[in-house]
Amino acid sequence: MRARVLVRPKAGILDPQGQAVERALPALGFVGVRNVHVGRLIELDVDDPARLPEMCERLLANPLIEEYEILTAAQSAAAGDRPR
Amino acid sequence: MKFGVVRFPGSCDDVDALTAAERVGEAIMLWHAERELHGVDAVIVPGGFSYGDYLRAGAIARFAPVMEEVAEFAADGGLVLGICNGFQVLCEAGLLPGALLPNVSLRFVCRQVELQVVDAGSAFTAACEPGERLSIPVKHTTGRYYSPRPVRVLLRYAPGENPNGSQDDIAGVCNERGNVFGLMPHPEHAVDPLTGSTDGLKIFESMRAQLGDRVAV
Amino acid sequence: MATGSLSRHRALGLTDYEYARIGERLGREPNDVELAMLSLMWSEHCAYKHSRKLLRRLPTGGPRVVLGPGENAGAVDVGGGLAVAFKVESHNHPSAVEPFQGAATGVGGILRDVFAVGARPIAVLDSLRFGEAASSERSRYLLERVVAGIGHYGNSIGVPTVGGEVYFEGSYEHNCLVNAMCLGLAPRRRLIRSAATGPGNVLVLLGALTGRDGIGGASVLASAELGEGDEAKRPSVQIGDPFSEKKLMECCLELLDRELLVALQDLGAAGLTSSVAEMASKGGVGIDVDVSRVPPREAGMEPFEIMISESQERMLCVVAPERVGEVLAVCERWETLATAIGSVTDGGRLRVLDGSGVVGDLPVSVLVDDCPLYDLVAVRPSDPVYAPPPAVLTGRESPADVLLALLGAPNIASRRPVYEQYDSIVQSRTVRRPDDADAAVLVLPDGSAIAVSIDGNGRRVACDPRLGAAEAVYECAANLACVGAEPLGLTNCLNFGNPEKPHVAWQLVEAVEGIAEACEALGVPVVGGNVSLYNEAPSGPIFPTPVVGIVGWLPDAARAGRIGFVQEGDAVALVGPFAPSLSGSEVEKLRGRPPAGRLPSADASAVRDALEAVRSGVRTEALRSAHDIAEGGLAVAIAECCVAGGIGARVSAPAGVELFAEAPGRGFLVSGPEPALADFPIIGRVGGSELKIAGQLTLPVSSLREARARGLAELVQIRC
Repeated sequence: MRARVLVRPKAGILDPQGQAVERALPALGFVGVRNVHVGRLIELDVDDPARLPEMCERLLANPLIEEYEILTAAQSAAAGDRPR
Repeated sequence: MKFGVVRFPGSCDDVDALTAAERVGEAIMLWHAERELHGVDAVIVPGGFSYGDYLRAGAIARFAPVMEEVAEFAADGGLVLGICNGFQVLCEAGLLPGALLPNVSLRFVCRQVELQVVDAGSAFTAACEPGERLSIPVKHTTGRYYSPRPVRVLLRYAPGENPNGSQDDIAGVCNERGNVFGLMPHPEHAVDPLTGSTDGLKIFESMRAQLGDRVAV
Repeated sequence: MATGSLSRHRALGLTDYEYARIGERLGREPNDVELAMLSLMWSEHCAYKHSRKLLRRLPTGGPRVVLGPGENAGAVDVGGGLAVAFKVESHNHPSAVEPFQGAATGVGGILRDVFAVGARPIAVLDSLRFGEAASSERSRYLLERVVAGIGHYGNSIGVPTVGGEVYFEGSYEHNCLVNAMCLGLAPRRRLIRSAATGPGNVLVLLGALTGRDGIGGASVLASAELGEGDEAKRPSVQIGDPFSEKKLMECCLELLDRELLVALQDLGAAGLTSSVAEMASKGGVGIDVDVSRVPPREAGMEPFEIMISESQERMLCVVAPERVGEVLAVCERWETLATAIGSVTDGGRLRVLDGSGVVGDLPVSVLVDDCPLYDLVAVRPSDPVYAPPPAVLTGRESPADVLLALLGAPNIASRRPVYEQYDSIVQSRTVRRPDDADAAVLVLPDGSAIAVSIDGNGRRVACDPRLGAAEAVYECAANLACVGAEPLGLTNCLNFGNPEKPHVAWQLVEAVEGIAEACEALGVPVVGGNVSLYNEAPSGPIFPTPVVGIVGWLPDAARAGRIGFVQEGDAVALVGPFAPSLSGSEVEKLRGRPPAGRLPSADASAVRDALEAVRSGVRTEALRSAHDIAEGGLAVAIAECCVAGGIGARVSAPAGVELFAEAPGRGFLVSGPEPALADFPIIGRVGGSELKIAGQLTLPVSSLREARARGLAELVQIRC
């Protein structure tokens, strides 16, 4: 099945990329934007989604400095994604 | 004594580390795919862009077959030096505490910096005086050190010299036991008066002194 | 049929005359696959239609030349059984589209050209030109992204970027210039040519998968129905992968060390088509290529797409059948894909097969040799071609204020914000880093060293293309002399506007003549280069911008020269036939004058004498510092010596020498103990903490340093 893993910087760790984006948006006329963080998206087809958390802990994210969120195909569809 | 320099696909400063190590002893390359350390007395994990820094710097290299041997070697008390990307690999592998984050400037920076020896009592800094200044170049995009827990710091960037925003100006740390050391600056690029300062030699000399003049097996 | 083919060939950029000539040569109409291949091989980019005849003017022979023009890179002998291969190439148009990837893939391409001849890349230099970044957000954006792209590729692959130049001029606003130069080192016996030989030998494709990159305009030939939203299937931007190229490079160098290859060629513009055609042409053979064996990145690729794809990080080699197994084993160890995709044949034909069927069959000569070469119609313009720049100086400033303005000008200020983004020390050969000296210096195993510089000045060439182009050569040779190096060979990139316009053609013809004259005068052969034409916007062409890179040699790396003044009390001398002009100078630009006026002529033998005097003074360490006088003239050059050395000086400008007038390559500032400078015209002394030019200005060195540090930093928005 199709899964997506979102990896983002852990709260409390300085995220200069997020800050750079947050600074750039108003210059383009976008106001009222706060708390920007920049992370990573990993998409994969998995036979056994139960193993996803272990995959995240061991490789896809570095738990010391990153948080991750696993979205399965059903959740992605609900979020309005295009089918592949 | 014999150093072993690990070479991953994408390592760039491996030959530089080998040449630097050869100024104080013998040195050989250790291929990433081999579970074999060939009886070396110390391991160097060099700088570069192993596996293209894909996913996270060092995230894939830490799983290379040779790294299993390096972990065992470290558990047995063997000396392991991680330089730049090597530091990143050792943190990802859990052989050192903490992690390296993107530079605050979000840019690659190549610059000669002044370091301060914080702890001259380690196998890697014994040839230095406490508080001594070392002039060594840095070159990295992801060098901002972070650790939520206390760590044993061996080197700091001198005041005003921090190129990446590392917490507490930390440039290099070792594990509690003191046999695994990681630093972002490149001592292997500070061993030849023709190309720069020679302050980096002290780190290799410290390691050699630690091991005595044992003949390679 | 006739109407269909008319629109087809025009859509692919072929003129009716060219299409008719193809028909004549083949004795029939070309099919789609053949037409796609021909349209690229006969394009300006591949065939040099408008410049090939002109380039024959350049001198190419010399006792040190090991590989001349025509191979992937030129090479010169540097002693000790070693050769240095080098070349410069442009990636101007792709960088304007996507600056990060355009610049990155430009570096990737020039690296491949160098290891394609068997040399390990040991250094990169880049020559960049943008619009006025101070007033153009787009140019600031291009600057930022191009520098990041070059850094990304060079740093990741472990090749140091050791030098370069950056210029800002309004004429480049719509046509930025990104020229990348690479040098590589090889034992002479490992150098390899690209000629395919030996019918029966196997053609092996190495490296990345083949996708639809760069197919662009040829997509009119696609038979598949593509609807809207399918642009993603035809990427116009090539994405570079330095990690993939690092493995490919190590793999190729090992294959060469083991002597497993008959020939090696990189894939660049026009992909498989141009590489296969050129390999066959050079070897006087034919080649069969089976596109069904080429590993594809996308499903359903058509034969023509596979033949013209410009996917990056791929190489082609020719291997004797009995050694193919060993080749595949080496490639596997380096995680580099290797696939036998064809073979060398007799008969001089390039045949494209799809499985067992032939889908294209052309004589190699039609692809490589039969493209018409055009004569340039050159007419000197009677009206000014370039608008004057906005004035920054009113003309009422004091000399001190003018000097500070020049030091802070984007064309002169410290390039540190740029070069700190490049790894300049990996591989442990760098003896002189950017800003230490006028040329980069790289130590060789025996303690001697190579020096390299890349130079050009479009503004001065716009004033006088012949003299201005000659100046680029003289200035480059001067930079080498300042570190103690003698020039061995030259590579050049000719960046010009539309050559079909007579005034641009005139610029090109004159510039090539100027380079030729200067090379002949100095005895420096041209071993290779590149031409980039059609750099033009509705507002007009770019400044005619020939960029030259010269590689030189010095016997003792430890004695390589430096810019900075060293010792209190040292004498300062001005060496060389220095009779500068304000025409084409940076100060004239700041005063809002267009590029016009006479440039100083060059007395070739006086220039040679000056180069020799500086070079030997540096080699014997009679001189403690040496710096050539370029943009900003005498005053800026002395200021740079003070800032680099952290010490002041008191000098007098020689009579008749305007402080800010320029004559690149003709003047040198040297310092050393007075007895050592006995043969040179002394103009002053090193010492103190101020720069004093008698009767003109006095400024603390700290203010010179500050002005210089700020100029570019503000544009690059350095934060840390």
